[in-house]
Order: sequence, then C-alpha cells, then structure tokens
Amino acid sequence: MQDLVSFKNVVVVSGNFPILTGIDFEAGPGEVVSVKGRNGAGKTSFLRAVAGLLRITRGSASVLGVDLVSNPADARHRVGLLGHDSFLYEDLTARENVSFVLRATRSDTARVESSLAAVGLTGRLSDLKVAVMSAGQRKKVALAALLAREPELWLLDEPHASLDSWTRDVLDSALIAAVANGSTVLVVSHEPHHGALVPTRTVEIGGGKVINDVRASGSADAALTTKLGTGNVA
Amino acid sequence: MWRDALLIAGKDLRIELRSKVAFNQILPFAFIVLIVFAFALDTSPDTLQKVAPGLFWLAVLISSILGVDRAIAIETHDNASDGLLVYGVDPGGIFLGKVVSVFVQLFLLEIVLIIAMVVLYGPKIGGWPLVVISAVFATLGISAAGVLYSQLASSSKAKQTLLPLLLVPVASPVLLAATKSWQDAFAGSGWLGDPWLRLLIVFAVVYLALGTVFYNSILEG
Repeated sequence: MQDLVSFKNVVVVSGNFPILTGIDFEAGPGEVVSVKGRNGAGKTSFLRAVAGLLRITRGSASVLGVDLVSNPADARHRVGLLGHDSFLYEDLTARENVSFVLRATRSDTARVESSLAAVGLTGRLSDLKVAVMSAGQRKKVALAALLAREPELWLLDEPHASLDSWTRDVLDSALIAAVANGSTVLVVSHEPHHGALVPTRTVEIGGGKVINDVRASGSADAALTTKLGTGNVA
Repeated sequence: MWRDALLIAGKDLRIELRSKVAFNQILPFAFIVLIVFAFALDTSPDTLQKVAPGLFWLAVLISSILGVDRAIAIETHDNASDGLLVYGVDPGGIFLGKVVSVFVQLFLLEIVLIIAMVVLYGPKIGGWPLVVISAVFATLGISAAGVLYSQLASSSKAKQTLLPLLLVPVASPVLLAATKSWQDAFAGSGWLGDPWLRLLIVFAVVYLALGTVFYNSILEG
C-alpha cells in the first residue's frame, strides 16, 4: 500500500532556526493520525510542511505521490488545510468565499449551498460578510469550503476550536465518511478525543521531530512506539 | 494561468468595490496631490498648462503606491496567499490578476483625474489617441512593477516605507515617458512613431514578463 505521506529525515529551517529537525513519518490511505505535542513542539509547522507551504531544507518528502522537495505545487491542490488562518476574505460573504475556493480548486461550484447548509450557514447568514462574523462562524465558513472540496488529505490544526458541539459532530461525520473513502486525516488537537472520529494512530512531536508513534490497540501493528528523544522548538 | 488571472482580478475588484478604499481614500488623495503640487509651483495658467502632464503622472504614481499596497494587503490578511497556494492557483495567474485589478482601478482614477486636470489647469489636448494609448501602457507598467515590488516588500517588517523606496525609482522611466508622451499629444502629435510611447510599451512588457516568471519565487519566499 503506497503511503500518502512519506517524510524521511525532513529538516525545515526558517531564517536560521530549524523548526523541523528530522521528521520521519509515513501515513497510508484511510488513516486518522492524531498529532500531539507541547506548544512550540513543531506540530503546526509539520502540517504546513505536509501541505507544501514550507520549503524542505533537507531530507525527502512526498505527499500523494508527489515529491514535495522538487514540486510542492502539484500536491497542494489535493490537500485540505484547516488551520489557525482561515484564508478567508473579510469583504466577501460566506457564499462568495466558498464559491471562490471551489472555483480556485476547479471543484464543482454546485456544492456551495450544500456545504454551507451542512455547517448551518443558511439564508441570511450565508450572505453576511466574513468581517462581521464571529470566530466560530468564520471557522464554519472555512470548514464549509473544505467539506465542499473533498480533499484526499485532510490537515486539521485544532479543528474543533471555536466550533459548537453540533458543528463538531458535522466535522467528525464528514471526516469518518472521507476516511471510509480512502482519505487520510492528520489532526492536531490539544483537546481530549472527541466524538465518533477515532484516531488509528497517535504521533507525538517534540523538538521538531517525531518522538512517539503509537498505533491504536487492535490495529495491525499495535504499539509501534519509537522513543527518539524530547525537546521543544519555538 | 489566464483563468486564474481572471478569477483573482474578479475577486479583487469585487473586494475593492465593496470596501470602497479606492473611491474613499485613493481618489481624494490623488486629487489633493494634483491641487497641492499646482499651488506649490505657480498658479499662472501658462505654467500650469505646461506642467500639467508631469503633475498628472506624479499624482498617479504616488496614488498607485496605495493601490498596489492594498492589492497585496488583501492576501496577507489571514494568510490568504497561503490559501491561494493550497488551492493550486497559478502564481503567474495571481500576479496577472492583481495587475488587471490595479490597472482597472488606476485607469478609472485617471479618467477622473484627467477631468480634474482639464478643469484646474486648462491644458488643450490635441492628440487624444496618443493620450489614451500612452495612459494604457503607462498604467500597465506601473501596475505590473507595483504589484511585483509590493509583493517583494510585503515580507519585510518595514513594508510601508520599503515599497515607495523600491517603486518610485523603478517607475521613474514611466513617469518621464508618460509625461513626454502626453506633452507630445497635447501638442497634437499622433501616436505612430512616438519614441516615448515605445519606451512605455517596453517597460510594461518587461515587467509583465518578469512578474509572470518570478512571482512564484517571491510568493514562496
């Protein structure tokens, strides 16, 4: 089975500072990987590197079969990233933002209404400018765009933050359906396990590298654990 | 790339139409520049008619700094430019879309400013075709260079001061050529064979090509 994500000794340097210090990580289709770690451990940088948004300084990395070192652009549009930044335009409405994302990714724009409805942004709410929306509503707009895109690889950084319990359930249900269709999910969260989405694996990052990799009990190779050291980076 | 350019231009123009920054801030600013420079120089009609093209293009160049800064600021808020990369939008298309958006805004600004210039300074404009064609290529050149340097400056902590420092010297050939070209036009020259127009065309083509090729490297840092 081909890995959707394959990082081998990946180093990412920002300025003079190494933010990833030698990540080794693989994930195959249908995996739900919970990424844990202290503040500043490098979790968000890891997700951004997988999304092709950080230049790989050393090591080899491929995502969805595309070499991230030489050609990151070819993988990006197949990846969905929901992070601290919503990538939304404040002067556009929720509907216009989602429609823009779908046109930019060459996805079916007929999904705009259904994806907005899925997160509860219907009627007047979908025509509100993002600038006047609450943090939770903005997150819903970003989530609606992600749901409509149906990416092959979901990269989620604190996806449940700011969301009400109903929308959290919507997200978890969408992720379960995506995983059933062979998508892979990498989720960073400080919150305890929530809802029906059960991680198949938990990876701990510290000091910019993987320090623990534990498969959930019952999986084929349970208790795969590697201790590689600890530490923190900014 | 062209599809992406139209997508970005449409999105940016919609945002500008809604935020009204160009109408409420850039237009009044350009108008003030036009008036203040005239007062600073001389109020005699002969002098004003003579320097009108130069003052016009100076007002456009200074105002364009606000316009191109705004065009890039749209993408830096909430890291929207990262979003564009994740969506797979062609960087060359992003550049061209921004250029089209800034061009449309500046050209509309110039239409209002030319009316103001005629009313305030009273120049007699003879060769309209040269006026229009020069304006198109001068605006295209300023827009292309402006978007390129604004993106370059956006990663700097001193972006507000760095942009004019980069753009004004680079765009000074446009200021010179557009002024000379308009002086020729005001004197009744046709557009065929105007050497200053040729310079404006070369400048615009060079910066459009540079931006389309190198925008990816600048965007990705």
